Amino acid sequence: MAAEPRWGSGGGAAALLLLLLVAAASICHAASNFLPVSDAHRSAALELFAPVDGSFGSLEETSEALQSFDILGIERRTNVRGSTCSSAVEVLGSSSSPVKDVFYALKVSSLLKCDVRQSQLEAIASRLKSVPSDASSLNDFYYSIGGLVLIKNQIPVVDVLLEDADKVFQAIKALSQSDGRWRYSSDNPVSSTYAAGMALETLAGVISLASNEIGQSRIDAVKNDILKLFDSIEKYDDGTFYFDEKVDGVGPLATTSSVVQGLTAFASTASGRVKLPEDNILGLTKYFLSIGIPGDAKEFFNQVNSLSCLENSRVSVPLILALPATVVSLTNKDKLKVRVTTALGSRSPPLKVKLVRAFISGSKDASVIENQELIFDSEGAFHILDLLPTSIDVGKYTFVFEIVLQDSEDAKVYVTGGQTKVPVYISAIIKIENAEISVLDSDLGSVDTQKKLNLGKEDDVSLAANHLQKLRLSFQLSTPHGHAFKPHQAILKLKHEKAEHIFLVGNSGKKFQDFLGLVEKFFYLSGRYDIQLSIGDAVMENSFCQDLGHVELDLPEAPEKAPRPAAQPDDPFSKYGPKAEISHIFRAPEKRPSENLSLAFLALTLLPFLGFLVGLLKLGVNLKNFPSAPVPAMFAILFHVGIGSILALYALFWLKLDLFTTLKALGLLGVFVMFVGHRILSHLASTSSKLKSA
Amino acid sequence: MARSTGEDAQALFHSLRSAYAATPKNLKIIDLYVAFAVFTALIQVAYMAMVGSFPFNSFLSGILSCTGTAVLAVCLRIQVNKENKEFKDLPPERAYADFVLCNLVLHLVIMNFLG
Repeated sequence: MAAEPRWGSGGGAAALLLLLLVAAASICHAASNFLPVSDAHRSAALELFAPVDGSFGSLEETSEALQSFDILGIERRTNVRGSTCSSAVEVLGSSSSPVKDVFYALKVSSLLKCDVRQSQLEAIASRLKSVPSDASSLNDFYYSIGGLVLIKNQIPVVDVLLEDADKVFQAIKALSQSDGRWRYSSDNPVSSTYAAGMALETLAGVISLASNEIGQSRIDAVKNDILKLFDSIEKYDDGTFYFDEKVDGVGPLATTSSVVQGLTAFASTASGRVKLPEDNILGLTKYFLSIGIPGDAKEFFNQVNSLSCLENSRVSVPLILALPATVVSLTNKDKLKVRVTTALGSRSPPLKVKLVRAFISGSKDASVIENQELIFDSEGAFHILDLLPTSIDVGKYTFVFEIVLQDSEDAKVYVTGGQTKVPVYISAIIKIENAEISVLDSDLGSVDTQKKLNLGKEDDVSLAANHLQKLRLSFQLSTPHGHAFKPHQAILKLKHEKAEHIFLVGNSGKKFQDFLGLVEKFFYLSGRYDIQLSIGDAVMENSFCQDLGHVELDLPEAPEKAPRPAAQPDDPFSKYGPKAEISHIFRAPEKRPSENLSLAFLALTLLPFLGFLVGLLKLGVNLKNFPSAPVPAMFAILFHVGIGSILALYALFWLKLDLFTTLKALGLLGVFVMFVGHRILSHLASTSSKLKSA
Repeated sequence: MARSTGEDAQALFHSLRSAYAATPKNLKIIDLYVAFAVFTALIQVAYMAMVGSFPFNSFLSGILSCTGTAVLAVCLRIQVNKENKEFKDLPPERAYADFVLCNLVLHLVIMNFLG
């Protein structure tokens, strides 16, 4: 039975409601199997945290590596100690190192038990004590308080107690937000869940370092913040709970582990215990376990460290029920084994595991097994389900387990999470019987050829059929308990060199295939078709894909418009090769006439001009009207020169100029010619009018 | 009858010729110019008929230049002809200036289209 959470006030109704919600939530979870930390983790840790040149990197990385090794119980190699200790001592010796570095140096030196003189520690302690009084950012508080706690744990003689612990507590609390999150500093408005974790850890440190007790009201205020923070917890379908940050760059793993660290640190102080629902603790543990083995050193540290915080906390230690193997073979007479351990793989207190019920996944049928207790095998620390009743046949089941603690005192310490649903596959070798393949005449339904098949072993039948006949394949599958079995996949393939077709065999284990309908699909190709049958299922241990033999198909001639099969390339990858080159065909240039012909015609074109000149002479053209007076004569000459120049401009335009230059030049010349022409023509006009009037 | 037709044609031809001789010289010059332009055009058409019209724009511009200038010359002739009562008040110099200007514009366009 799930432990009933007790609330201060609100009593029975609230508790009942919560219980119902928890129960409902547990039913709604999907079945899942989370494996605790194992040796695979240990070997991964050795790989991830491999030291380079005798060190793990920065002091922060070194402390993460050392802590991970400690938690997993891995032997530390001592060759790291020398260089790491010397760099840690160096940082501690310098009075100008940043507080963050001092914190990690203290952590590393306490893990490796480096030789640090007491006087040095006293100097550092006095420096760290002065930081919180004028610190403004959460990071400053975190590292200074954390450093002081480390010194206290390492050498209790050194005085690390805070005189004004209350003031420091208030200063940190002032950064909290109404939704339970914390800000990093008073000028930074962004509130973060990650910072909340850090703040809780720091507050826990302040409580432990206080020379005078911090008031209970203040601690209760922080407990309220924790409860509000847990309002924002998110969940996945499989029952894992986590915290996520809206701010980019901090993933859910880092955020969740920060909160867990802070929560467990705060809860470990005497008055800091918070009543959290069991579901949340187990959900957080399952979240960390569901990651498997992280590939990144920081993520690995976060996972392992958070699990160890949960395990070592005084809040509640989660117990994980896991199945090392979720596939049980009926043929091999496997026994279902269940293991209950803590998240880090340590032994659980004495308990019993009960199989509450088991039912076929996804079905609403009544459960197949009810209330069976598992037998504990103390050698392997397994709980074994001895007898599977005969009603359990092959298939996918959901088994619902419950942990019953034998000592009632343990219920206060451990958290079991009520009922755990695990998916289990029951598999077996499936018997195949009465397999045969036959060719039938469609009209009469009479059997033309019938061959027995030996499915599961070698087969090579040869059949012949034409397009008017039918093919029938039938077989029977049965489970070890004698029930008919419907496989997930039953596929028949008829394959020719150039064409193939795949048929799905129905659930009844029989397949009728009418060849008339397939004639087009086979592209009217007659010939030998290989028959291949595949039968498979997740719970069938002897799934197979087998060649049965061949059938000679006699199909009619293809009509003209029939589709042809796509040409099979020799190499199936050749369709990714370069395609045929396209040669562009440019328009052939027009045939030009021979040069001589063109020149002849050029001469011919000039003939009329010559004829014009000759005709002019014959007419007796004269220049009598040319003005004799100098000024008009000049204008006359200029006029003709102007026209001549315009014609020359046109010739140049044709030869090389563009329109714009021509127009520009034409504008200038035109104006000139017009002026001159006007003068000469008006002179001529006046002369002739004088003559007329005279 | 054939003979009379032939004689009539000859007589017609002679009378035309003598009438033509009476036209003023400047008009005869213009007529000669028109004949020159038309002949040039005909020769271009004959060339095109022989070799095909490949650079069609060149062919067109050649033909149109000849035809255009012939048309302008005919306009000039009409305007300059003293027997033409309509243009009595138009001084022939003005008509000549128009002729020159129009020809220049025509030849600019032709040169552009020649390509």
